[in-house]
Amino acid sequence: QKYYHYVHLFLQVEQVRLLDRFSNKSVHGTLYLTATHLIFVESNSNNSASAGHEVWILHHHIASVEKLSLTTSGCPLVIQCRNFRVVHFVIQRERDCHDVYSSLLRLLRPVCYEELYAFSYNPKQNDQQREEGWQLIDLGAEFERMGVPCDQWQLTDVNRDYKVCETYPRDLYVPVTASKPIIVGSSKFRSKGRFPVLTYFYQEKKAAVCRCSQPLSGFSARCLEDESMLQAISKANHNSRFLYVMDTRPKLNALANRAAGKGYENEDNYSNIRFQFVGIENIHVMRSSLQKLLEVTGTRSLSMSDYLVGLESSGWLRHIKAIVDAAVFLTRAVTVEGASVLVHCSDGWDRTAQVCALGALLMDPYYRTIKGFMVPATDASYYSIRGLYALRCDQLDGDPKEVSPIFTQFLECVWQLTEQFPQAFEFSEWFLLQIHEHVHSCQYGNFLGNNQRQREELQLRERTHSLWAFLMSEKRNHLNPFYSPAYSEAHPVLEPSTLPYHFKFWRSMYHQFDRSMHPRQSILKTILTLKENSRKAESTLQALESRLQQLGVVPVATSDPPAPPPTRDQLSNSHSLPPRPDSLILGAPINHKEVQRHEEEDEQEEVGEEATESTDTERTVEGSSGTESRKQSYGELEGTYNSDLVKEEPAVVSLEFGVARMTC
Amino acid sequence: MEFAEHIKTANVEDVVLRQPLQPPSRGTLCITGHHLLFSDREESDSRQVLLLLRNIDAIEKSVENLTGYSGFFSNASHSERMSGSSGTITMKCKDLRVLQLDIPGMEQCLNIAHSIETLSCLDCVSAMYPFFYRPVDLSLPEQWGLSSPEMHYSQMKELYEKWRLSTVNRDYSVCPSYPPAVIVPKSIDDDTLKKAAKFRQGGRFPVLCYYHKKNGMVIMRSSQPLLGANRKRCKEDELLLQAVIEGSDKGYIIDTRSMQQAQQARMTGGGFESKSFYDRWKRFHRQMERGKALQESLIKLVEACGDESNNMDRWLSKLENSKWLSHVQNALSTAGLLVECVERDGHSVLVHGSEGTDCSLLISTLAQLIMDPCCRTMEGFLGLLEREWIQARHPFQQRCAHSAYSHARLQQESPVFLLLLDCVWQLWRQFPLALGFSEALLLRLATEVYASDYGTFLCNSDQERCALEVKERTHCLFRALLRPTERDYYSNPLYERTELAIWPSVHPQSLQLWKGYFLRWTQQVRHLEEAQEEIRNMVIEWGKLARS
Repeated sequence: QKYYHYVHLFLQVEQVRLLDRFSNKSVHGTLYLTATHLIFVESNSNNSASAGHEVWILHHHIASVEKLSLTTSGCPLVIQCRNFRVVHFVIQRERDCHDVYSSLLRLLRPVCYEELYAFSYNPKQNDQQREEGWQLIDLGAEFERMGVPCDQWQLTDVNRDYKVCETYPRDLYVPVTASKPIIVGSSKFRSKGRFPVLTYFYQEKKAAVCRCSQPLSGFSARCLEDESMLQAISKANHNSRFLYVMDTRPKLNALANRAAGKGYENEDNYSNIRFQFVGIENIHVMRSSLQKLLEVTGTRSLSMSDYLVGLESSGWLRHIKAIVDAAVFLTRAVTVEGASVLVHCSDGWDRTAQVCALGALLMDPYYRTIKGFMVPATDASYYSIRGLYALRCDQLDGDPKEVSPIFTQFLECVWQLTEQFPQAFEFSEWFLLQIHEHVHSCQYGNFLGNNQRQREELQLRERTHSLWAFLMSEKRNHLNPFYSPAYSEAHPVLEPSTLPYHFKFWRSMYHQFDRSMHPRQSILKTILTLKENSRKAESTLQALESRLQQLGVVPVATSDPPAPPPTRDQLSNSHSLPPRPDSLILGAPINHKEVQRHEEEDEQEEVGEEATESTDTERTVEGSSGTESRKQSYGELEGTYNSDLVKEEPAVVSLEFGVARMTC
Repeated sequence: MEFAEHIKTANVEDVVLRQPLQPPSRGTLCITGHHLLFSDREESDSRQVLLLLRNIDAIEKSVENLTGYSGFFSNASHSERMSGSSGTITMKCKDLRVLQLDIPGMEQCLNIAHSIETLSCLDCVSAMYPFFYRPVDLSLPEQWGLSSPEMHYSQMKELYEKWRLSTVNRDYSVCPSYPPAVIVPKSIDDDTLKKAAKFRQGGRFPVLCYYHKKNGMVIMRSSQPLLGANRKRCKEDELLLQAVIEGSDKGYIIDTRSMQQAQQARMTGGGFESKSFYDRWKRFHRQMERGKALQESLIKLVEACGDESNNMDRWLSKLENSKWLSHVQNALSTAGLLVECVERDGHSVLVHGSEGTDCSLLISTLAQLIMDPCCRTMEGFLGLLEREWIQARHPFQQRCAHSAYSHARLQQESPVFLLLLDCVWQLWRQFPLALGFSEALLLRLATEVYASDYGTFLCNSDQERCALEVKERTHCLFRALLRPTERDYYSNPLYERTELAIWPSVHPQSLQLWKGYFLRWTQQVRHLEEAQEEIRNMVIEWGKLARS
C-alpha cells in the first residue's frame, strides 16, 4: 500500500497517458490528486509484481496548467513546473480532465502563507533539532568572522523597529562615523528607504562592499546626509582615496528613472566617488529571456543550428555573463585596488543581491564551502536584506510581472564558476539543484516571506524547519570530490574568465527531468563511491588492527587468526552507502520520490537513447519495471547508488587489503 | 634532399619566445631541417622548446621598418631605424597553438621566416621527419602496426564458417587503396571480386569491416557503384551483396549522401544501388558533410575560438555559423542509425558514400565503438583506427596537409579524422567509464595526425606506404602508445568494461564544444586538465591502498 492510498484523495483518474516530451513514447497509468501532490502511477499490464513508475509533483512546483483542445485520443493537459519539469498527460474523458484542471487551479494557489507546505511538513524532528537547524546561520557571527564590528564599522540599532526601512533587517552595519541623523537623512533620499549598509567586509584590505537602492536624485536633487554617508564609507577605508559606486543597471534604464525622480549619483555632488554602470537587464527582460530559452530547448527534434540560434536569441547566457562580469569587476575593485564599493540597482534587491553574493563567493573561500554557501545563498546577510524574495519566486499568487528567475540565475552563475574551478568548491552541482528544488517547494521555512519583519510575524523559526539542517544532514551527497582546501588556500580570490565560450547551457538544471539528455555514466558518482569505499576500507582496517591489539595479538600470520577477515559478502553488505539522491540529478526528499520513466526513442527518431540490451522483449520489460531497467540499462545511473548494485570490486579490494595486513 | 639550401640563418641569439600559458622567455633560436629549437639559456634550469616544423600551419611575419615603406609611413631617419631593426614571426600551429618569436635583425628574421615557410610544407614524404626519427630507447619495430588483416581474420574464429580471407588484391592491382588481404563472403571467388571491383569507384568493392558477435550481422564498406547515366548493372556486385545477407531476409545500405547528391553522382558515372537490382536491400540516405565544406567549418570554428571581442551573441552566432557541432551531431546520429540496424534490428549493413574513404570510415568506426566492447579498450581503439583508417585507407597525406590556420589554397584537406576524434570525445563525455582511454589520447592523436615523429599517418594508402618502405623505416605510433609508461598515461583510470552498447544522446543539449582541443591553450582548460589529473591520482592512490 502506498502513501497515496492512505491520504485523502481529491481525485483519482484512470487510463491516463503520460507522453514523453522528446519522443513518441507514452505510458498508461493512473493519476491521483492529493492535498499536496499530483501523482502519476504507471500501470503495469504485463508484470504486476513490480511497481510501476511514479511521478510525484508537488503543487507548489507547478507553474502553469494548460488544457489543450480535445483530440481523438483524449484531452491533453500540460503541466509546467518551476523546477523545469514539463509533463504532458492525455486524459481519456474530457470531464475528468476538466476536474483535474480546475482542482489543480484551486489547489496550487494558496492565498495565505499558512497554507504553504512548510507549515505542515514534518520531518520527524523534535523542537531542539529544529532550533539547531535554524541556528546554523548566525548573522552576527558571520560579520564577526569578517572582522566586524571594528574600529571603522559598527552595529547600528537605527532600524530596531523597522522604522527607518521596513524591508531591511534589524541588525545593520554602518561606518562608525555615520551618525543617526546622517543615516536617517540618507534613507529618506533612497528609494524605499534602503540606505547604504555593509554586506561584506574584505578584511585584508579593509575594503567594504555596501549596498543600497537608487538615490532619489531626479535631474538635480541632492542630499547632504547621503553625500556624507558615502563620504563616511569612503573614509572608513584608508587604502583607497575613492569609493566605487556601481550601478548594476544599463545606463539607459538609470536615465529613464531620473524622469521619475530617481536615478543615480551625480559624480559632481559626491566627493571621491567613481561611478560605473554595469548593464544587467531588469527582471522583466530576464523573465522573458528564460521563457524563450525554455521554448527553444523544449522543442522536439531540435537541430543543432536552431538550438544555437535559439540560445543566442534568448539572450540568457548573455545575461549570465553580465552578472559574472559585474561580480568580477566588484572583486577586482575590492581585492586588487583595495577600494570600497557601493552597489545598487533600482531598489537594490535583485541585481544588487546577485552581484554582491557572487562577488563575496569569489573573494572568500569560506562561502565556497557547504556551510559557508548558506550565507550568500539564503536568509543571512543578502537575502534578508533583499526582500521581495517570495514574490520573485511566486510562492503566493502575486503579480506575475514581479516573478523573475533571479535566484535561478544566481545558482547558475555559481554553477558556471564551479565548471571553471573544479577544485574550488566544496559542493557539487547536486547541492545547487537541491537548493533550487526547495526554493520552490516551500517545504522549508528559509525562503518564505519577503523580509525579516514578515518572517518574524510568520514565526517561521518556530513553525517551520530549516533547509540547511536537511542539507547538512545530507552533506555527504553534496560533496564535490575534487574539492581541495589547499587550492582554496593558494587561490583565495577566484579570477574567472568571462570570455563567452566559458559559459555553457546548464543542462542539468533546465533538463533535469529529461533523463535521455544526460550522460549515462557520471564521473562524480563513481568518484564519490570509490572515495566512500576506500574510506570504509581504511576504517575496517583500523577496526581490525585495534581488535588485534586488544586481543594482544601481534599482526603476524598465526594459525588461528583472532579476527577472521570479513568475507566478501559481509563486506559488501556493510557497504550500503548513505542514502544518495534518488533521481539522476537531484535527490528529491522521500515523499517526492519517483522513478522516472525510462525513455527510449523509436527507431526512426535518429539515435536512440540509453544503452540497452537489444531485443524488443527486453525493452518492454525494462519499460515496465524500475529495478529491472536499472540493472539492464547503463543509463539508469541511480542504480549505481542502490546498495544492491554497489560495485563489488572495491569490496574485494578491501578484503585483500585486510588479508595482506593480517598475514604480513 | 638537402635541407641546408633552405636554411640561410640557422642560429639566432637573443630571441624572445612568447607562448600561451607561459611567460615570455629569451634565448637562442635554432632551425634544423625538421625542427625549430628554442633554448632558454639565461635561466638556470634551461628550458627548451622543440617544435616540429611540420606542425606549423601558417606564419605571419611583421618586420619593422621595411626599407621600401619607411618613407611612406614616417619621417624618421633611415639609419636609426635600421640599427634597431627587428622582426616578429607569429607561428600558428596545426595543434592550434600560437607562438610568437621576436627576432633581432630584419634579415635574420626574414631568413628564418623563409626557412619555416618552406620546410613546414615540404611535399616529399620520404624527406619527412618520421624517416629520421631514431630515439635511443626504441629500435625499429619488427612488426609495424598492431595487427594485419591476416592476423585479424585468424583471431576471429566466428568468421571461418561464412567468410574467407581473399588475397585477390595482393599486388594492389584490383584496388590500389585496399590492403593486400580483405575479408569477403566465402561463396564469392576472386574472379567475381575482380569484376565487382570494376563496378565500384576506385575498385573498392564491398568488404567486411565488422562482425557483430551477438547476432552474426556484419558491417560492410565500399565505394559507390558505377551505374552512370545509363544505369549499368553488374551481376557480380549483386551476387557479392546477395552473399552477404545469405540466410537473412534483408540488408540495409547507408549512403552518406543525400538522395539528390546520389542521383547527381550518376551524371559523373557514379550512383547508388537501385531497388530493382538489389531488391533485398533497403537504402537510407543521410547527408554528411565532407571535403572542403568540412575544412571550412573547422576554419570558422577555430576563428570563432580566437575571437577576442568578448561578446556572447557574437560567439554563439559564430559557433552556429561554423556548423561544426552540427557535423558532430550528424555523424553521431548516422552512426546511431547504423547501430540501430545491426544491433536492434538485426540486419547487415553496407556503408558507402562516393569514394568510401571518409564518411564511411567515420560512421563505421563510431558504430563499432558504440556496439563492441572490445573496441573500447585502448588496444581495441587503436586497433580499430588501424583497421579502419590506416589499412582501409583514409588519405591522411591529403586530408591533413593543412589545418585551420593555413592561408594555402584548399585542395584535398578535410578534417574527417578530427571530426571522428571529436565524436569519440562526445561519447567519452556521455560514458566516462566505458572507454578504456582518456581525453589525453584523443588530443595526442589529434596532434600526431597533423605532425608526427611517427610514420603511422604518413602517405595516402597501404600501397604508397609499401613503396616508401614506411613500415621498415619509421616507428609506429600505435605501438609506441602501448608501451607501459605511455599506456598508463593515456588510459582511463575509471574504465570499467561494459558489454552493453553505449548509445549516445544526440540532442543538441547533450553535445558540447570540445574545449580540450579547441580551447586547449587557455588557462581555464588547464584547470580542467588539472581536475582530470586529480581523478587519476585519486584512483591510483586508492589502488595503491588496496594493493599495499
